[in-house]
Amino acid sequence: MATSEPLRSAIRLPRYVRDHEVHPPLDSPEYRSTALRHPKRELKLLPHLLTEVTSPLFGEDRIGDTDNDLTRQHDGEPQGQRIIVHGQVRDGDGRPVPHSLIEIWQANAGGRYRHTGDNWPCPLDPNFTGVGRTLTDAEGRYRFTTIQPGAYPWRNHDNAWRPAHIHFSLFGQAFTQRLVTQMYFPGDPLFFQDPIWNSIPDEKARERLVARFDYANTLPEWALAYEWDIVLRGQEPTPFESDEDDD
Amino acid sequence: MAGTTPSQTVGPYLHIGLPWPDGPFAVAEGSPGGIWIRGALYDGAGAPVPDGLIETWQADPDGRFAHDNDPRGAVARPGFRGFGRCPTDQNGEYAIYTLKPGPVPGAGDTPQAPHIDVSVFARGMLNRTVTRIYFPDELRANEADPVLSSIADAAERATLIAGATADGYRFDIRLQGENETVFFDI
Ligand SMILES: [Fe+3]
Repeated sequence: MATSEPLRSAIRLPRYVRDHEVHPPLDSPEYRSTALRHPKRELKLLPHLLTEVTSPLFGEDRIGDTDNDLTRQHDGEPQGQRIIVHGQVRDGDGRPVPHSLIEIWQANAGGRYRHTGDNWPCPLDPNFTGVGRTLTDAEGRYRFTTIQPGAYPWRNHDNAWRPAHIHFSLFGQAFTQRLVTQMYFPGDPLFFQDPIWNSIPDEKARERLVARFDYANTLPEWALAYEWDIVLRGQEPTPFESDEDDD
Repeated sequence: MAGTTPSQTVGPYLHIGLPWPDGPFAVAEGSPGGIWIRGALYDGAGAPVPDGLIETWQADPDGRFAHDNDPRGAVARPGFRGFGRCPTDQNGEYAIYTLKPGPVPGAGDTPQAPHIDVSVFARGMLNRTVTRIYFPDELRANEADPVLSSIADAAERATLIAGATADGYRFDIRLQGENETVFFDI
């Protein structure tokens, strides 16, 4: 039937892995602000149809010249340790995610954000905004130059401090792949008391948020380097493909 | 198969990194057929959430997407981004300017009613939540919609249907409590 043709082809839409066990539960009592901000009703299953398997695709027009170098966004040099943060974005099947928007934001070297709501007594840096953006290249690789962010206190529990981190936002190539997360630094002594990092139930998954110190990519007499790969959801094998596998 | 990277909260300072000056405009203001979708984000105590971010993703008025995963082919509508992004203000309010989407094919023989996928991010949320906006002037299409009709409870279904306003629609989002918005396992 000609009329059902476009609908039938929708059956061949990719279906993305539902990887909920990897992510922190929305109700995580140790992180107190989750108490009034998590749904209490069971989530309803949303099939992966056209709106879910598509996504906005952004181009170079969203990226400015210094957007991937947070140390060159002002007339002067920011305070602190210069670092390169680079890596590859792949999906769960190992495929690179090319030409995809990554946005980052972070505190300055002293742990303060350029945000009206952040008033912990550490000076702002007039030469550091703490916001970056880039597109992954054809192999899914990205690279930022920035400043090692400081730890900062918050009021979640007695003597609470956030481990140093950089906020990352990724679009991937489908609505199902959208991810906002945080990158941490190896060996941070504050992990043990951080309810946000510890909200991730699986220890291996938690460790995936920690970058690797990358001596090989340090720039001599200029910047240290960290490598952090990001894995977005992969696709479920389609029934059609598994039939082939069986043959 | 490599394990996926876990989600973390946007935290309290998302406003320095995520909003764009043109974020709320999925289409240029004043475009023919332009509508405002306005609403507020509320927590379980009914208080507005001032440190949240709403993102929307949708088909164009012909039900098409500018994306290769659409087996009908990618169709880009000039001037239309399909994507909106707006931080919530002190009153929890957001606003997105867009075009009303057309109906979109579903699985099998069931078309989907016009809808907009919504991601909600906020301090205190360790992952986004996902919901859908449906339209009050699409009664027949809504009744036949496979996602809406998979929700048995009429009051829950009603949380997904926007209200009509003078310049578009209103869609409030309640994270928890009485009239909690229906959220989806995506
Ligand atoms: Fe932070």
